[in-house]
Amino acid sequence: MALPKYTEPHYRIWHYIYLTICAAVFFFLIAPLFVIFPLSFNAEEFLVFSDGMKRLDPDAFSLRWYQDMIYGTKNPWGLAAKNSFIIAIFATIGSVLLGTVAALGLSSRHMPYKGLVMAVLISPMIVPLIISGVAIFFFMAKVGLAATHTGIVLAHIILGTPFVVITVTATLSGFDHSVTRAAASLGSNPVNTFMKITLPLILPGVISGGLFAFVTSFDEVVVVLFLAGLENTTIPVQMWTGLREQLSPTILAVATCLIILSTLILVTAELLRRRSERLRGINR
Amino acid sequence: MSSENKQILTTDGTPLEVSLKKAEKKNKIKAFLLVAPLLLFIIITYVFPIGDMLMRSVDDKMVTEMLPKTYKSMEKWDGKELPPEEVFEAFYIDFQKLIEEEREGKLSTQLNYTKNGFKSIIKKLRRKSKSFEEGNYKEQIMAVHRRWADVEYWRAIKRRAPAYTYQKYLKGMDMYENEKGEIVNVSEDRRVHRILWLRTLEIAFFVTVFCFLMAYPIAHLLATLPMKYSNLLMICVLLPFWTSLLVRTASWMILLQQQGIVNDFFVTIGLVTDDNRVEMMYNKTGSYVAMTQILLPFMVLPLYSVMKTISPSLMRAGKSLGGTPFVAFWKVYFPLTIPGIGAGCLLVFILAIGYYITPALVGGASGTLISNQIAFHMKSTLDWSFASAMGLMLLSGVLVIYWLYNKLVGIDNIKLG
Repeated sequence: MALPKYTEPHYRIWHYIYLTICAAVFFFLIAPLFVIFPLSFNAEEFLVFSDGMKRLDPDAFSLRWYQDMIYGTKNPWGLAAKNSFIIAIFATIGSVLLGTVAALGLSSRHMPYKGLVMAVLISPMIVPLIISGVAIFFFMAKVGLAATHTGIVLAHIILGTPFVVITVTATLSGFDHSVTRAAASLGSNPVNTFMKITLPLILPGVISGGLFAFVTSFDEVVVVLFLAGLENTTIPVQMWTGLREQLSPTILAVATCLIILSTLILVTAELLRRRSERLRGINR
Repeated sequence: MSSENKQILTTDGTPLEVSLKKAEKKNKIKAFLLVAPLLLFIIITYVFPIGDMLMRSVDDKMVTEMLPKTYKSMEKWDGKELPPEEVFEAFYIDFQKLIEEEREGKLSTQLNYTKNGFKSIIKKLRRKSKSFEEGNYKEQIMAVHRRWADVEYWRAIKRRAPAYTYQKYLKGMDMYENEKGEIVNVSEDRRVHRILWLRTLEIAFFVTVFCFLMAYPIAHLLATLPMKYSNLLMICVLLPFWTSLLVRTASWMILLQQQGIVNDFFVTIGLVTDDNRVEMMYNKTGSYVAMTQILLPFMVLPLYSVMKTISPSLMRAGKSLGGTPFVAFWKVYFPLTIPGIGAGCLLVFILAIGYYITPALVGGASGTLISNQIAFHMKSTLDWSFASAMGLMLLSGVLVIYWLYNKLVGIDNIKLG
């Protein structure tokens, strides 16, 4: 953002102050993430940069914490990772199915009580997690699903659907309904129309909602803490216990893996968003 | 001429109006059926359980069920003087039944909550009642201990008659109902919850303010920079947004610890001496710093999406009409961003007020919030009805903000990423 040549000097100074503030805020946002990365390669057990690391001495770096994460005998990370992925995948499938179908209904202009229904469906996203955790725990304990994978998956479907509903209704708001009418007039039945016309057009929204649901489930710890037994431990639960008891470098190795995973998800989500905008641009 | 003759008919002979209404109704049902599975799922697994929390928080049937006959006979008693013989007799019968079921201990614990001193006199009554003779129970019970002849204790029993109570809510606000039925504050040194509520509000408020102050300039920069630069900078906002909450909290634990990088930096620039390092973790500072960074993207994104729609020519017009850049900003640009400010602030405040994980890890004793207290009662003291009551008090606050958000922004206008 270059300033025009005629800018007066004191506005020029203000402009540079403004840019400095922005740079500082961006630094505040992103820098903490980059602390974890080098420290996870620390050869020592302490969570500070050793003198060797500051000199970039190769001996000060090692992969021992990654080894510990994967092969460590006492480490529950293997089981936790397996559980996390299983729960997140099923929760995502459930959220996407229920959420997309509901979004189709909500986007119809015939939908009765739209505002109220929407408010109820979005509420799990707004209500503090601790309250959701208590309520869902009471329910799961009553129906005998506490400390089971099924219970946690159901809980994560509750927490994940609002994201799918929001992203898919947003995609559908730019949807040109004349294409479905055209398909119908050409003899297509509703299911066929949905699969062949509507779904491909709203797919970016569906997938990005699915990504949100996946991340929500994969990162969720408050509700799982209420529901999980020892068998159902997940990565966030293990990190939570680890951070509370003792901050070990193995946690940083896990955290680095999680940052890489979130980078991949971010790139996918960004690409999808642009594709969706392009598709909707054509429709307009 | 009647209007019926002029009615437009469809091909099968029904009036158009009727046929349209029918089609409309069919569409309504169709749309509703699509939403129904999710709506039912959420209502059964989520809305009802929250209702269940409400029931738990006010449920006080235990004593009512333990002394059914006593409460029935007490209905006519005005509570001014000692109850009549029939109340004593009913109490004796109820009490004998409880002894048979070995539940008199529970009764004494429950009544002791209402008034201190019940424990010992119930124990004594159990021992003595074995040798009671039939008839004239009033005299016999009153002879067991002088407190049984004290009308205060019978009033205390009567206070537990209703099946529902709001005691837990009073406790959540550091209040209780005394012997006379007045609502009074607990003594000053025992007011823990009020401090927590105030602290939660304070931290949520200041985190919102900090987020706003930091998010406004960068959202403005992102919205005014050319696309290719802003997309790159947007990653700085979105990467933390997508990264695990625990990872971000862990990084703050590393940064803020006494031997951490922030303290190292302070020592290097000579702000503090090496043996005098600042404690930034396990206190309020930790909660403030970490929560602000974690919630910042939720402020940037709504602000950005509003600022993106403001045409730059408006500022130019403001300046060309004689305003200095500051006047143009304050009178033209800022008012246009108010919807974004409202959305961002409400969202951040709602999220901050219910925060649990980060304060529990970096907040220490002085930086924890009401959520942590709820978790404590769920897990440690197992007083679930109290946890439910506190949860619902928090929830009612959140719902007010949610309602406000819905009014101002519209819930379907939430933007994600």
